[in-house]
Amino acid sequence: MTVREIQEILSAEVICGEDFLDREVFSACGSDMMSDVLAYVKEQAVLLSGLVNPQVVRTAEMMDMQCIVFVRGKHPDESIIGLARDRDIVLLSTQLPMFAACGMLYEKGLRGGTIQ
Amino acid sequence: MSLIELHYDVPGDDFSRAGEASGNVKAQLKKLGFDPALIRNVVIALYEGEINMVIHANGGTIDVSIDPDCIRMVLADKGPGIADVELAMQAGYSTAPDNVRALGFGAGMGLPNIKKYTDDMRIDTKLGEGTTMYLRVDVK
Repeated sequence: MTVREIQEILSAEVICGEDFLDREVFSACGSDMMSDVLAYVKEQAVLLSGLVNPQVVRTAEMMDMQCIVFVRGKHPDESIIGLARDRDIVLLSTQLPMFAACGMLYEKGLRGGTIQ
Repeated sequence: MSLIELHYDVPGDDFSRAGEASGNVKAQLKKLGFDPALIRNVVIALYEGEINMVIHANGGTIDVSIDPDCIRMVLADKGPGIADVELAMQAGYSTAPDNVRALGFGAGMGLPNIKKYTDDMRIDTKLGEGTTMYLRVDVK
């Protein structure tokens, strides 16, 4: 699935990373606990989170994640957007709550990563 | 003497900056052409350690030695020390306060994650004096 498809499925606003919407993502992870995200290795994954702070971007950076979707209409501030922009990470924001956003992506074929 | 040695001072009072050192190490390893999977293992372990320093120990220092066959990391702090290392190693055990959980950490996965992503992990800790963690990731 591409980031653009994720954006369309979730009717999400593109906050930054417009140039990278054709990137492929192969798995997804939905969590507000960053250590739980760090416990799972995923290739080219998207992170869905209701948490909005710089550590969400840092976590995605460490995990080589392509895209972060902020759920429940959460919107990051400029410092967070700058951090993501510097790391070529796409930021999206959707009005959907976490459960619905994850469910819609799952329904369209996106799956979670492997538990090691 | 290692190929490359990096030193970082991790400030303890600014949670938003936690991860700067790990991000920098990631960039260096990438530039040196290490395998992305290896880089991920190194920086996830380092990042968890860096976060721990900021959450529990008011910052500390990180030293990274990069060699062709392994990456060594030493994370030292002058924090409160770990009362029961075995307990702290259990997934889900945490002493982090609620304000840390609100920031997305304190799920009790820090030390288990570090162990998972490294080939060797050693903790020297003394209550009231601090903790030093020695980590090694082998290049396979």
